Amino acid sequence: MLRLLSLLLLLALPAKAEEIVLGLSRDAVAITATFEGSDILVFGAIKREAPIVDDGNLGVIVTVAGPDRSVLVRRKARRAGIWVNTDAVEVDAAPSFYAVATSGPLNEVLSDTEDLRYRITIPRAIRSVGATVPDTVAFTQALMRIRTNEQLYQMLEGEVDLEEETLFRAEITLPANLTEGDYEAHIFLTRDGRVIDEYITTIPVQKVGLERWLYNLAHEQAFLYGLMSLAIAIAAGWTASAAFTLLRR
Amino acid sequence: MQIYLPIAEVSVNAFLLLGLGGIVGVLSGMFGVGGGFLMTPLLFFIGIPPAVAVATEANQIVASSFSGVLAHLKRKTVDLKMGTVLLAGGLVGSALGIVIFNYLKSQGQVELLVQLSYVVFLGLIGSLMFLESLRAIRNARKAGNARVPTRRRHNWVHNLPFKMKFRVSGLYISVIPPLLVGVLVGILAAIMGVGGGFIMVPAMIYLLGMPTKVVVGTSLFQIIFVTAFTTMLHATTNYTVDVVLAVLLLVGGVIGAQIGTRIGVRMKAEQLRILLALMVLAVCGKLAFDLLVMPSELYSIGAVAAH
Repeated sequence: MLRLLSLLLLLALPAKAEEIVLGLSRDAVAITATFEGSDILVFGAIKREAPIVDDGNLGVIVTVAGPDRSVLVRRKARRAGIWVNTDAVEVDAAPSFYAVATSGPLNEVLSDTEDLRYRITIPRAIRSVGATVPDTVAFTQALMRIRTNEQLYQMLEGEVDLEEETLFRAEITLPANLTEGDYEAHIFLTRDGRVIDEYITTIPVQKVGLERWLYNLAHEQAFLYGLMSLAIAIAAGWTASAAFTLLRR
Repeated sequence: MQIYLPIAEVSVNAFLLLGLGGIVGVLSGMFGVGGGFLMTPLLFFIGIPPAVAVATEANQIVASSFSGVLAHLKRKTVDLKMGTVLLAGGLVGSALGIVIFNYLKSQGQVELLVQLSYVVFLGLIGSLMFLESLRAIRNARKAGNARVPTRRRHNWVHNLPFKMKFRVSGLYISVIPPLLVGVLVGILAAIMGVGGGFIMVPAMIYLLGMPTKVVVGTSLFQIIFVTAFTTMLHATTNYTVDVVLAVLLLVGGVIGAQIGTRIGVRMKAEQLRILLALMVLAVCGKLAFDLLVMPSELYSIGAVAAH
């Protein structure tokens, strides 16, 4: 009863006491021919109407998520002496890239219930239902392990700098093997593990220039693209042959 | 220098790709194999998605084979008539192969099939060639310099109808065996994502009885068209041909193929064959090892097939 009352009281509050004001070092990522990955600096401040209340742990969590894709995780087992793919679990939605940065130890800045609600940590960001294999957990863990090794999933505990309980900054490194799409950056402001404000912004990651042109051509004018690839191959073969004939003279 | 591949969507070192293309190109020119059976596994290894590796490799083989065949045409070591017959079979075979490939893909075990067919075919052909070449070298040594011309063996191949004269190869045989060889190579080429030279070269030598010096050029000639056909199929159905990757591989590849062709001319046919046999066996051994030994990562991530 008491809890309900306090909840109602909280809801009735006119405005949020603390709000996020955000800046990004870049609002779009362009994939060019020599793309080697990119750093995104997420920085901002916490806007307050009242003076800082020092009544609990203030935390900032920054997440950057690539577009969700469904993936098939396969497991090998020994059958008749050789290792073959046997079981497979379809993960309905797993972000192609996911980074979580926090301002302090995870269990201090985020409670389990809030994690569940906002799907903040890596295991929560992956959605898997309707699996037919008993130990589905092993499959999602494998997915996280493989992607973490490829720098696609990053758990950056304590990597958000929070100064004077007001200014914060975090650097997220995007690896070179990125999937195109709209990347979502979420910034959560927490107090005692509870989310008190959330800020969402989108960072489009797009191929540009030659990369864009070739990708479009391959998908929209596939026949022409195929012919072009063959023409290049034949031309290169002929050039090399001609060049070597000249060299021998 | 890292370069981002637009279709594969990965970033790789450009010089690594040039180097790989070069090495495989040398082997391709020496032995008249497209080099796909080496390059495709190598591309998997450096992290190119398998679908892109197989499709792009087909495109690259077109370039290295074309470069190689020009060198052979100048030396008149291409049997165009035989090549055309093989090609007719090859196109039928590769269309059949794609049908089989797609059926097995729907069954979810295509990866295993590809690996197993590599191991079986590479192992079989590698050991056959190795033994045969060893015997040839031993016989040549025994006979000394005075080589007795061996009478051409007459097997069932020579008793079939529809005979045709292949002047460059010095053969008068039925068109049925070359057609069947073409079909078989086409099927395997589509399933295994290779040109199929490593199967065709021994088949031409041992089954059709073609002289070794025309085998290489003729197989390259046939491979150009079959792989061009495969490239178009992949480009229009799966959109997996990465032209940037192909260009990097083929720049290395065409140069390598020219060097390889010249090395090949200087070597004896037996030596050439024994080297090819050893290489085929090495790749086979590696693939068999991967199937037999417990992998360090049991799990793999794949894309969900479109429903």
